[in-house]
Amino acid sequence: MNLNFNFPDFEVIRDEKKCNKCKLCVLECSNKVHSYDDKKNVLNVDNLKCVNCHRCVVICPLKALIIKKYPLEFKKSANWTPLAIKEIYKQSQTGGVLLSSMTNSNNFPIYWDKMLLNASQVTNPSIDPLREPMETKVMIGRKPKKLEFNSKGKLVTEIPPQVELNIPIMFSAMSYGAISKNTHEALARASSELGICYNTGEGGLNRDLYKYGKNTIVQVASGRFGVHKGYLNAGVAIEIKIGQGAKPGIGGHLPGKKVGEDVSSTRMIPVGSDAISPAPHHDIYSIEDLRQLIFSLKEVTDYKKPVFVKIAAVHNVPAIASGIVRAGADAIVVDGFRGGTGAAPTRVRDNVGIPIEFALATIDQRLREEGLRNQASLLVSGTIRNSADIVKAIALGADAVCIGSAALVALGCHMCQSCTTGKCNWGIATQEPELVKRLNPDIMYKRLVNLILAWNYEIQEMLGGMGINAIDSLRGNRLMLRGIDLNEKELEILGINYVGQ
Amino acid sequence: MLKEGEIRIPSGCAISGIIDIKGDRFSGQEIVKSIALMHERSNGLGGGFAAYGIYPQYKDLYALHIFYDNLEIKMKTEGFLSEHFDIESAGNIPTTPVPGVINKPLIWRYFVHPRTYMVKEDFIDEAEFTSRCVIRINKDYNGAYVFSSGKNMGTFKGVGYPEDIGKFFMLETYDAYMWTAHGRFPTNTPGWWGGAHPFTMLNWSVVHNGEISSYDANRRFVEMFGYNCTLQTDTEVITYLFDLLVRKHEMPIEKAIKVVVAPFWDDIDRESKEMQRELKAMRAVYSSALINGPFSIILGYEKGMIALNDRIKLRPLVVARKDSRMYVASEESAIRIICSSPDKVWSPKGGEPIIALLEEGTQK
Repeated sequence: MNLNFNFPDFEVIRDEKKCNKCKLCVLECSNKVHSYDDKKNVLNVDNLKCVNCHRCVVICPLKALIIKKYPLEFKKSANWTPLAIKEIYKQSQTGGVLLSSMTNSNNFPIYWDKMLLNASQVTNPSIDPLREPMETKVMIGRKPKKLEFNSKGKLVTEIPPQVELNIPIMFSAMSYGAISKNTHEALARASSELGICYNTGEGGLNRDLYKYGKNTIVQVASGRFGVHKGYLNAGVAIEIKIGQGAKPGIGGHLPGKKVGEDVSSTRMIPVGSDAISPAPHHDIYSIEDLRQLIFSLKEVTDYKKPVFVKIAAVHNVPAIASGIVRAGADAIVVDGFRGGTGAAPTRVRDNVGIPIEFALATIDQRLREEGLRNQASLLVSGTIRNSADIVKAIALGADAVCIGSAALVALGCHMCQSCTTGKCNWGIATQEPELVKRLNPDIMYKRLVNLILAWNYEIQEMLGGMGINAIDSLRGNRLMLRGIDLNEKELEILGINYVGQ
Repeated sequence: MLKEGEIRIPSGCAISGIIDIKGDRFSGQEIVKSIALMHERSNGLGGGFAAYGIYPQYKDLYALHIFYDNLEIKMKTEGFLSEHFDIESAGNIPTTPVPGVINKPLIWRYFVHPRTYMVKEDFIDEAEFTSRCVIRINKDYNGAYVFSSGKNMGTFKGVGYPEDIGKFFMLETYDAYMWTAHGRFPTNTPGWWGGAHPFTMLNWSVVHNGEISSYDANRRFVEMFGYNCTLQTDTEVITYLFDLLVRKHEMPIEKAIKVVVAPFWDDIDRESKEMQRELKAMRAVYSSALINGPFSIILGYEKGMIALNDRIKLRPLVVARKDSRMYVASEESAIRIICSSPDKVWSPKGGEPIIALLEEGTQK
């Protein structure tokens, strides 16, 4: 007997009165939930296959479809939840590691929502961004300790290369392979129009996208896919990826079925081969090894590109960050445990790492205590959901933020958290040509531009409300924050006062 | 109620300043008259003056003005002073009773020279040594507060209307080539004398009208370089910013000004390539030193004074010139009351500095 204890997560309900059997749902669903029985002239659904990506619901011209949580009740237990039981069914069936995509789904506190912002009243005026200049440009890179001028008052210090961002937002690293070429192109074009940067992730850079180099950050991860001299010089900065918030301490695995001709040539690996990124870089077993890689990359790019180092937010992250600055990194990118991923072991995604808010607060403070904060930029990610999160992150001490999930949502991601299947109906996390072409970069890049501009307006409004007209004056300005529903220890670590104080 | 330093208190204000760029000295009468005209801009909770060139007989010694809460802390602090400095002369600062000026602390003045061997031991110069000692007293000696520490200059301040504080310190008996004044309108205050303005560090003095919204960004920046913001006031952090940029980082004063009221990025884009490179570098490296929010300040130091508005001029500032005198004040009337027919009166643009320095060779 091959009894499978599986049961559906979702139920697809078709309103037969509205449905005119156009069969678009059958065509559109890559998971093959919908099927048409032409003998009986009925549309059937296989609930077991539904991942709740909303594609059929959105595409249905008559809005005849609804997806609901499958109404299967277990006997109530706070301990043995349906999910906990289902995971055991799955693992006892397959003997495998549980895999998940996107963000940590457990109910951990979101500290952005426990911080409130300040505004001016009477004693100083708020500034109206519609009438006055309101600056959001930031310069990312290493800064010298001081500038020197000659006797004629001319600057003699040559400052290291900087990445200029018109808006303190970048698109997080997402590799070609994990996401589609069209998604990359949309991110690249939006960055170019906005004067910000996107990040190639670890899968190399498709030759068609080299023209967006001024808005590109190229990544070097443990698999070194697609890394060559031309690639390293293609962008404005290089990021060494040590870790990722969704899976600290874990490498990556791109299944061979996603490695088609184009991914193969971009990554410089054979067609159909699995692309395995080891957990550590095999040339970095210690901080001094990181220094060597940083300077190898600087050598190959003639010291013209800043080198960033990306790490996951883990328990002793302030000391690690300090070491990274001392090792010569020009910027640190810290990814919190709510950060997204194409695939991660579920247990790691949900249980390893710390919230970005705490990592950021402690790193900023530690670098200041060591007199290093002004030397390297600090970028944070995982998860930034809106412009208020960004304002709070900068007030805690970040130079800028990186957004991954939010950008994908702008492109149509419905957070079904099923990227691992490679069947993304929205054309994002897939390499299947029929699905990839659903995301038209000519149209979709504008959604990214809209989102970032909208957020920038909101950032400017909040800055003006605080009586600030340059984002420089918000960075590390923790007096602009107050905590709510936090205990004394949390306030102490975040370095903020309680509301009413 | 928490005193200044334990809590951040916003305040509005009146400011005024006069310099004779030929270095001729004149008494404190005029500055008192000028600041008194702007009585409505203060609320009796703080007033003060900085005077440059008043101690020519001790011009090579640091003049420390100190408030003490009681004799016990005075003795303790004097122990520290005599350990670190040769004290040339010590005494209380002469004052006269004025109605409205109450609860005065013990107000003492010392002319000192840092102990040479201690300066050498630390591999620093006398100025750095003195500033470290001042910061240490203000941080660790609870009840003692050094409110003036420059050479040939001094600050006089307290709780009361500025004109009363002027009378209290008998400023008509001092002659200076430059005077600045401050009348304070704090939104609340425990009435602590140390919290009045000007704020000074070594020869720097700052009087300020405004509430800077970049305060915590500026504070956390200067604290990286060893400063300790004990007062939580704007003037304190502005003083430290200038001390850091000009004294420690040896930046020309006009560059330091471009750091704290940086040109807008849009304006930088219109500059020559060479200038763009310089301004971009300054904004990148010193972005946390940008002062934001409404302010007008008068910065005094041994070479003269600099009056400065925030980048979009959210607080008033008027300038006038008459012969070798330059006047700056929150209101034109405060200038006209002491200089009825100036050669020129104007209102500088936001972010445009007024630099009034002593002429070459006249430096005192």
